[in-house]
Parts: sequence; C-alpha cells; structure tokens
Amino acid sequence: MTTRWFGERVQRVEDDRLLRGHGRFTDDINENGERALESVLVRSPFAHARIRSIDVIAARAMPGVVAVFTAADLPFGHTDLPILIPHPNLTHGRTQRCLASEVVRYVGEAVAFIVAESRSIAEDAAELVQVDYELLPVVITPESAARADHLVHDDVPGNVAAEMIQEAGAVQSALAASPHRKRLHFRFERGAASPMEARAVWARWSTAEHRLTVYDSTQSPTSIRGGLAVLFGLPESNVDVIAPDVGGGFGPKIMLFYPDELLVPFAAMKLGRPVKWTEDRQEHFTAVNQERGQVHEVEVGYDSDGKLLALDVDFVHDAGAYTPYGIILPIITAAQVPGPYRVPNYRVRFRDVYTNATPTSPYRGAGRPHACFVMERTLDAVAAELGLERAEVRRRNLIQPDQFPYEVGVAWQDGNRVVYDSGNYPALLEKALTNLGPRPAGDQVGMGLGMYVEGTGVGPYEGAHVQVLVSGKVVAATGIPSQGQAHATVWAQIVADQLGVDVADVEVTSGDTRRFPWGVGTFASRGAVTAGNAMAVAAGMVAEKAKHIVADHLEVDAADLELVGGKVQVKGSPDRGMPLAAVAVLANPVRYAFGGGSEAATQFTARARPGPPLHEGEQPGLEATGYYSPPGSTWAAGCHAAYVRVDPKTFRLEILKYVVIHDCGRVINPLVVEGQIEGGVAQGIGGAFYERLAYDDEGQLRNASFMEFLMPYATEIPTIEIDHIETPSPLNPLGIKGAGEAGVIPVGAVLASAIEEALGIPITEMPLSPLKLFELSRPS
Amino acid sequence: MKVNGAVHPPPVDPRRLLSDHLRHDLGLTGTHVGCEHGVCGCCTVLLDGAPVRSCLMLAVQAEGHDVTTIEGLAADGEALHPVQQAFHECHGLQCGFCTPGFVMSVVGLLEQHPNPTAEQVDEGISGNLCRCTGYASIRRAVVRAAELSKQ
Repeated sequence: MTTRWFGERVQRVEDDRLLRGHGRFTDDINENGERALESVLVRSPFAHARIRSIDVIAARAMPGVVAVFTAADLPFGHTDLPILIPHPNLTHGRTQRCLASEVVRYVGEAVAFIVAESRSIAEDAAELVQVDYELLPVVITPESAARADHLVHDDVPGNVAAEMIQEAGAVQSALAASPHRKRLHFRFERGAASPMEARAVWARWSTAEHRLTVYDSTQSPTSIRGGLAVLFGLPESNVDVIAPDVGGGFGPKIMLFYPDELLVPFAAMKLGRPVKWTEDRQEHFTAVNQERGQVHEVEVGYDSDGKLLALDVDFVHDAGAYTPYGIILPIITAAQVPGPYRVPNYRVRFRDVYTNATPTSPYRGAGRPHACFVMERTLDAVAAELGLERAEVRRRNLIQPDQFPYEVGVAWQDGNRVVYDSGNYPALLEKALTNLGPRPAGDQVGMGLGMYVEGTGVGPYEGAHVQVLVSGKVVAATGIPSQGQAHATVWAQIVADQLGVDVADVEVTSGDTRRFPWGVGTFASRGAVTAGNAMAVAAGMVAEKAKHIVADHLEVDAADLELVGGKVQVKGSPDRGMPLAAVAVLANPVRYAFGGGSEAATQFTARARPGPPLHEGEQPGLEATGYYSPPGSTWAAGCHAAYVRVDPKTFRLEILKYVVIHDCGRVINPLVVEGQIEGGVAQGIGGAFYERLAYDDEGQLRNASFMEFLMPYATEIPTIEIDHIETPSPLNPLGIKGAGEAGVIPVGAVLASAIEEALGIPITEMPLSPLKLFELSRPS
Repeated sequence: MKVNGAVHPPPVDPRRLLSDHLRHDLGLTGTHVGCEHGVCGCCTVLLDGAPVRSCLMLAVQAEGHDVTTIEGLAADGEALHPVQQAFHECHGLQCGFCTPGFVMSVVGLLEQHPNPTAEQVDEGISGNLCRCTGYASIRRAVVRAAELSKQ
C-alpha cells in the first residue's frame, strides 16, 4: 500500500453543505413535503412519587390533538426497557418503562405522550394532563444513597445495584509494610454533555411496503434498528434507521432506548402518518442521561522516594434512578485509576447506588476523568508529603517503554483484562514539561500536571462496504454515524490509499442502515479503530479483486500489479494497465449493455476465459464487504500541563498556558485529531470550573437552562498548544488508537493541581467555581 | 418581510417565532434552534444586516425588515462566502449545528470590524456556544475570513 492520504491534513469533505445551511438534522426532515404530526412528552415534575391516577380526558378532547398515550395504551406499556449490558455483578439492575404508570423516580421521567397537528397544540394539551402524585422521600446524593436513608426501589436493599471488588497483588500486607501511608477523599459531581442539538426522532410507517423508516439523532442507528425490529415483530430488513447529521453526541446519544425512540415509531405505525418529536433544551437537562457523580475513599502506601507500593480505592457511583447501561462506568473507573503508573498492589471496590436523579451512562471520558482525578491528586499528595516535585514523583512511577504489553490486573469493559498495548509515557511527560516552559511571573500562579491512559477502540466489531462504480468513483459505507468527527473525510483517506484514487473520488455514507445495516455504534473513542480498519479491510479486498480481474485480462501475475492514480497497472510499466472504471465494468458480466462502458462486459465482446462467466466463489461487482473485530482495546495516552492564575479577590480563573502531548498511535488526519483534542479540553474546562448541575434536596435541577448552567464561550477557553507522539498500536493493521475522548480526561486533575498551588488550599472535589474557591479559602 | 431578497407573506400564527417561521414555514432549515432562550446563538440571523437571535423574536416582528439567513450568503453552485470559506479552511466546524449561527455572527462582526483585534474576535463570537471545537479553530477562521474578505 502506498501511503498517500493517511496522515495528511486533508480538509473536510462534509463542510460545504453544513456551511451553506444544507445540513440535514433530524428536526429538518420533511420527506417529500409530508408534514409530520408533532409530539411532546408529559414528564414527572417530582423526583420520587407514586402515581395515583393519570387523567388525559381533557387533553384528548382538545382540537388538533390526534392521540394521547399512557402506559395503559401501549402494548409494551408494562414491559421494562432492556438492560443494555448485563453483568453478573449487577445483581439489582432496574430499568424504567417507556411511560411510568406506578412510580416516578426522577424529575423528567416520561408519563404521557401527546401527538397533535402541531407542536404548540401538543404543548397546550400537555398542560391539560392531570397526574395525581403522592410524594415519596427523595435520595439525591450518592452519600445518602449509600447510607440508604431512603430507598429508590422498594426491592433493592441499601440502594445497591451492584458491587464489585478486584485486587491485583496483596494490598493489605503491602499497605502494612509501607513506610508511608495516607488516606484521601475525592468527590466528583454530575456533569452534562449538552450537545448543541438536543435529541430528536422522526418516523414513518408505510403500510403498502410494510416498512418502518426512522430518523434518529442517535450514536447507534444499527442498535435502534435491532431493537425496533424485535419490539414490532418485523424482520430487520423492513426497518431503516438513519442518523442523519447529528449535532454533537458526546455519549448520551449512545443510550437506548429513550422512551421517544419507541413512542414515535409506535405512533407513526398506529396513526398511519409520519410523527416527529424534537426535544427542547429544558427537558434535555433532565431527560437525557448524565454522568460523573462519584465519591472515592483512597489509601495509598509509598516509600520515601515517592514510589507507589499499594493503592486501595473504594468508591460509590451515582447510577441515578435506573441502570439501563449496566455498570460500565464504574468498571471503567476501576480499570483506569492506575493510569500510566506501576501500582504493584491495587485493590478497588465499588458500589453502584440508586438515586432519584436522571440515569447515568457514558459522557465523553466515561468514568475516566474521575479515575484520573483520583490518581493524579493522590500523586500530588505524595509529592507534597515528601517535599518532591510533582513531575519527579510521576517520573519515578511511570510504566517504562520496554514494559509493554503491560497487564494491570483488573477487568476491562469488553470482558477482557486490562492490557496496555503500547506507549511511551516518559516521553509524554518530558515533552509536556519542555513545552510548558518557565513559570510566568506574578502571584497566585499555579502549575498543574496530569497524565492519563485511555482504553479505546473496544469491540465487538464494525464493518464497511466499498464499491468502485463504473464511473471510477468509489462509494463506501459503514454503520456508525458521525456527530462531527469527520468520518466522511477520514474513511475516504483510508479507502483512497488502498485503491490508489483521489480522496475527492470517495464518497462515504455512515450511520444509515439502508447502506450498511450491521455494526455497533460511535462511542468509547472506537470509530477510527474499528470502522477505520474495517474500511481498510474492505477496500483491500476490492483492490485484490481488481488485481485478479486485470491479471486475467492482461495475462499477467496479480502480484505484479499495483493500484495507482485510478488505474490498475503493472509495477514499473504504467502503460500496461487498465482504469479502475473499466475494471468495475469487467467485474460484472452482463447480457445487456446499459451504458457506462458496460458493452465491454457483454458476452460477445468480453475476452473469453474457460468456465462460466462467474467462476465458483466469484461475486459480481467491484465491491466488497469487510469487517474488523479488535482482539482487545488500544491504549491511547497523554500528558497535559498548565499555568493558571486565580484572582485572590474574585477567584476568577485565568488559564495562562495549556499544553497537551497526545499519543493516539498513527494519526489519520492531524487536523481532525487536533479538533477533537481542542474540543475535549474545552469541555473539560467547562466541566471543571463553570458547569454544575445544581440539584436541590428535593431532586429538582435548579439550573436547567443555558442561562444558569454556564457552558464556556470563546472568552473562557484559552489557546491549547498541542503536540503528538506516535506509538503505533500493534493490535490493528493501521496502527491507530482512538482520540475522541482524550482531551477531556485530565483537565479536572490539571486545574485542581494548579489551583491548589496558586491558592495554597487543598482541592479534593469537582467542579470548582469562583464561589467554591471563596468558600474553601475562608478561614474556618 | 424580505428573506434572502425574496418577499414572503407574514405567518398565519401570530405566536410563531421567527426561528420556527424560517425553518418550518419557509423551509430554511439552515437556521438552527439550540436552546430557544437566547443563549446559544445557533439561530442567529441578520436583521437589516445586524446579527439577532431569531428565537427571541416573533416572526410578525420582522415585518418590514430584511432578514438574511445562512442560505442567503452564497447561492447554490457558487463559491462560498469568505466567512464560510474560512470556516472550511480552518476546520472551524465539527458537527455543524452551531455553525450557521457562528457564520452569521462573524459576518456581522466583520461588517463592524473589518480588522478585528483578538479581543474583538472573542467578543464578536461570545454570543455563540460551540460544544465541539473548543473555539480555537473558530478564532482562526475569523482572522482568515477577514483576510479573505479583502481579496
């Protein structure tokens, strides 16, 4: 393979229509001018209540209302939604129903569904739905959940959905033998992904074709399709699910099923008209999954050089009201606490506890920002106790480049063990320190440092279809959708290299089950590794097929052929070859010449060869479908370092310099990877210092609007200085590792470290804010 | 009201927001709705040449005014507007949802400050939220757009 496009800063092919306002997001769908019915959900205003009755008579009677559904009106109304990732330790997994009819367990839980001729009529009708609630006691913090002050589910003792204990080495004896021991406590609050496009679903049922078409702002159209086929008893081939342009995902759109994802298709089938639902921002705040609420107790044992001897971590994960996503989040935290460091004895226990809040599922970083916070804050504490430089303590504990593959000794989210495939952690650290440079002058300036590893590219698999058309253009498709990660560009780069064509001649479709029906989804920094390698596999199969067709026709050895410049040619003899377009024609023996040069493949003109036109095992068309299933995760890594200044009176945060050294193996497109990192760091800064989900004791989110949930604008985000190192993954042919989540992971740890130094106060919690720093600085 | 140079009748429903009118009555879905309370800036359009949030206006309030949406900056088949071109060159967009609002804000910014300082750039885009890019590439795009606008 001649590498030509891989690694280049190719400008994105998806930009033009997005820039012209021709993007197609789910709320923009208006197929053939069909005006879809519009819908709204009636949601619980209480965090915990028994439903005595639901009265929808007035709503149903309102002119313009087409249908009102409660659980009693649904054939699946009394079925619990699935636990997506069952696990033996999830002994008390609970999921909600599509519409609650007995008990609501968080503010925002759906109770009724209204379909009307317009959105405004549906919203007016929602006001007429009378739900009689009997209030129940609320459990909102993970601490109160763990104390079991009250129960979220009557049949879940202690509110504990799951408990898991893992140990590598012998922590008790190692702690007992440690020259130094320290106990630490770290608290992380919930955060919200807040993509700029909230969620939306559009569905149409065709009775004539017996076919369901769904547009969904989802990270996993293939899984939605599988679920809808099961629910409605349809063959999967009669269900099309398309994630059109998706306005950001960051995790919560991988959750399935949100109630609307079942109700909108159900209503479209029942009413025989297209139905749409578009979430508004306020309901997004409580209806869409959140993440990050965890409380950690740590005991560390270390020697006088600052070398770690034992680490004991016991943490509580805030699951929210239900556990649809299983226990993936605490499993990831448990696996990722040790990070890039040698921890010879490690024990980790977690309890996943129910609270009366929105359920949790991965949000960019998914269990890792808190894991990183725990480890990095612990190392800072060790450095402070021993009077050592923070960088030096890290240097003494890093896994060395000759220690790969490195086994951590705990379980990973894919059912395998955690084994780091490759990396050079000391190089990351030294480069970050060099790029950070000297400390700026002034008071209240602090330096922060944080390192992380990230398990990326989890399985089970992704696939791709690649076809050379008789025009010579190439079409490629994969099941996973893009939410802005430039899939159409980077997959085109990979395919173009394999086929020796221009990147502009490759057109990619992703996230449309009509084009590619199999696959898993876009999450866990896995797209490039799984779908990227699948693209290389499929395009490689097409290249081999092209060589064999040309070898037949030119009577040369296929091994002597290469694909260059849109042609298949004999190596070293560019005049002996054939354009790919002509090969595509020959790949399909035809009876009828239908244009596009196809006369060359008709029975009286094609070069005769013995046997039938298609030999046994041959398939028509210059196309192939290929799959890639990773043997294990690829482990990306990085080091962030920063200087900050904190105003001693207003506690305003000023980030003076922020450097990132990033290793995601071989980089397909630096432009895209840098965009991912810049965006991730910004999201990390928002989560660390500006954004806070302010739940009160009654479980009400008091700041469910962008007026009060303060996402950073350009004025809050500094320039991020990015540099790369590349340690290719030995696990996949392209040597790549994932990059989507990395930027966000260490930001909290870095800012905590820097602010702690700037103000001289211990920082053990996230998020911070000027008010929080003022409170922490007050003499007690 | 005039939208992208063409005259349109007023909306039937007097409580229709300008953003909804553009999107759902006129089919100009390039104007996006991210929060409907005037914070995110996704719905930014030009009203008589100045950026406004179309979710904070009723469509009837635009009567007698000249509205420009993202679709009005460059006709199909024609070259991108310099601001659009700059966003492309500088990777100033990822998911593309906030992008039309940013582009319209930057058109307004460069109208006011053809050579914006770094502070004016940050100020000029500080009414728009982006969750993907971290703003660095958008800042670069504004500087590049100022260059392209002069060519």
